[in-house]
Amino acid sequence: MDASIRDRIQGEIDAGSIVVFMKGTPSFPQCGFSAVVVQVLNHLGVDYKSVNVLEDPSIRQGIKDFSNWPTIPQLYVKGEFIGGCDIIREMYETGELMELLNTRGIEVAVD
Amino acid sequence: MTVAATMRSKLEQAFTPALLEIVDESHRHVGHAGHSGAGESHFQIRIVAPAFEGKSRVERQRLVYGVLAEELAGPVHALALTVRTPAEAAV
Repeated sequence: MDASIRDRIQGEIDAGSIVVFMKGTPSFPQCGFSAVVVQVLNHLGVDYKSVNVLEDPSIRQGIKDFSNWPTIPQLYVKGEFIGGCDIIREMYETGELMELLNTRGIEVAVD
Repeated sequence: MTVAATMRSKLEQAFTPALLEIVDESHRHVGHAGHSGAGESHFQIRIVAPAFEGKSRVERQRLVYGVLAEELAGPVHALALTVRTPAEAAV
């Protein structure tokens, strides 16, 4: 993949403790899978940064190559790829996601 | 062969699953972006196989995505995955 796209993606990932690449925005998700991840993050009461891949086709494809993961949404915590919708939902249900955020020093405030 | 049948055959060959369910959910996404109208675009797959033992969630899904790379690059717009080992599935 193009080095400038890789750098831009890395920049987005480095710009927040929790970064989600999604279709649409947290207020207006344009895909059910992206909506699930947003719901989980909102429920956990954590701050996160979102990147709308629909606004930029090079990021939409680039993020898939970057993480070797063919689907969107994708969640990153402190620079580490955690997973997509299925994984985030499972980790939320088992409590592992909260644990992971805690061990990464991110405060969770479940509403 | 339908997309579902192709995926089934590839997954069976790759993982010899103890359980493999492929549900076509395309009808629930009619008119939605990525829905071609032809069906076979949105799937839910549940697979249980010993091959996933000792692998992280990300590693497991990458294995499945790898086997279905052609479908994901083509007709399949969305794929919800549940990937388990036989021991986990029995719980």
